Amino acid sequence: MIQHNIDDDYEELAVGEFERTPVPKSRLKGWKSFLGMYAGEHAAGTEFMIGPLFLAAGASLKDLILGLFIGNILAILTWRYIVAPIAVSKKLTLYYQLEKIAGKHLVKVYNVVNGVLFCFLAGAMITVSASAVGVPFDISFSVPESIFGLSSAAFSGIVIIVGIVMTIVAAAGYNMVSKFANIAAPWMIIVFAACGISAMSQMEVDSWKSLLTEWDQGISVVQSINGKVDFGFWKIVIFAWLCNAAMHFGMSDLSIMRFAKDSRAGWGPSIGMFLGHYMAWICASLMLAAQIKLTGDISANPGALAWSVVGWTGIICVIIAGWTTANPTIYRAGLAFQSLFSSKAKAYSGVILAGVVATVAGIFPTLSSKLLDFVGLYGTILGPMGGVIFVNHYLAKKMGFTEDYADEKGSSFNVAVLLAWTIPVALGLYFIFAKGLFPAYAVIPCWIASSVLYVLIMKLQKS
Amino acid sequence: MKILKLISVLSISVLILLVGILSFLGTIEVANMKTLMLVGTILWFATTPFWMKEEE
Repeated sequence: MIQHNIDDDYEELAVGEFERTPVPKSRLKGWKSFLGMYAGEHAAGTEFMIGPLFLAAGASLKDLILGLFIGNILAILTWRYIVAPIAVSKKLTLYYQLEKIAGKHLVKVYNVVNGVLFCFLAGAMITVSASAVGVPFDISFSVPESIFGLSSAAFSGIVIIVGIVMTIVAAAGYNMVSKFANIAAPWMIIVFAACGISAMSQMEVDSWKSLLTEWDQGISVVQSINGKVDFGFWKIVIFAWLCNAAMHFGMSDLSIMRFAKDSRAGWGPSIGMFLGHYMAWICASLMLAAQIKLTGDISANPGALAWSVVGWTGIICVIIAGWTTANPTIYRAGLAFQSLFSSKAKAYSGVILAGVVATVAGIFPTLSSKLLDFVGLYGTILGPMGGVIFVNHYLAKKMGFTEDYADEKGSSFNVAVLLAWTIPVALGLYFIFAKGLFPAYAVIPCWIASSVLYVLIMKLQKS
Repeated sequence: MKILKLISVLSISVLILLVGILSFLGTIEVANMKTLMLVGTILWFATTPFWMKEEE
């Protein structure tokens, strides 16, 4: 999913230069360089967690293979036709574009919300890494029933140690980690593939039919323990499409694609998506199927799963995948939190705060086991801001309201954006938490509602 | 650097991917597969930083 495995190039494009000016022509890149840039992007620590959760949620293998394929295509089309044209036209970062529409104070609110969500994501990655660190010490990782339930004291201790190390590294800056992530990315993709092949070997699969049989038996075991669960075809499609909604519908990747010469850069995530959100997810899910066949254990413990299929290579891969994902995530959350501190505060104060929040989140393993829900929630909360940017770009002139309102009027807090963002999100959260709606289902309705609401409020304001 | 790059490519394509496939086909024991994959991992991280840094 969720891409936070940032290499140098990516980081330079994301936040490094031209933060408050359009990217000059001399710095624009051809669309093919975006293919390479995104290639390792979506094969990260989260994939070790998300893949097995599909099987644990009762998804059939046929649905998974076809559903992920269609969902990934839809996600790529969203990048191509929603994000890329605006990025190429404006050539601004998400944050500067938002500031022009919403005002600098509202952007700070958005940043902090973004930072908190980043912390939970980083927390899940700390859990993933800790699950692998615990394997050589025979410290298992169990998921309690309650969201705020703890695993064993020893596992919580490992999470705290891993969290502290990651926070210190993030506070020192993450250049070294991002370089390391760059080196590890091709190896990690191959290890994912090897995990899948080895898992099939452990299940003694010799045909497509036997693979389906083993998978279905895995689901039967899960359902005999957890009760009947269902994760159907369309749910898979929607999840695969919208698990990165904050990046495409939410326009976060404006910051990357602003460096594009033309809109074809929107095809950039194609290879990365199919490596990470297709091959890696399916291979990771096969590891759980193998574990269920061999031991009957249905827990999606990434460290133990990888250890079982490829040994030490798997342990190293899970630790590195979790680390290289969590580190830039903590760093970015820290940047968002830094605005909460006074200007006299140390530059790393925000990162330390983010690291503490992420570590606390990581202590509760149930949060990482709810990653399928969390990424939908992430898109539901951040995605609608992309709707505001979308209508601001395409409809402001046509419908006669002020484009880039805050910039034009000198406003630092555009209430219209606040309302257009928070009302649909509040409704979405109500349906998710009170009515049990699968969070990814709320993303597009909230995005559309925000877009419509912003147009209506702006028209009303004008009249 | 070309030699290092070749070692890197072979380390993941042969010692990790191909070995995984051979284990699936029953040609290599699981324990040997895991050992060879670890060797491939060590070789990858021992060689790749040098040529990747050069290319940057």
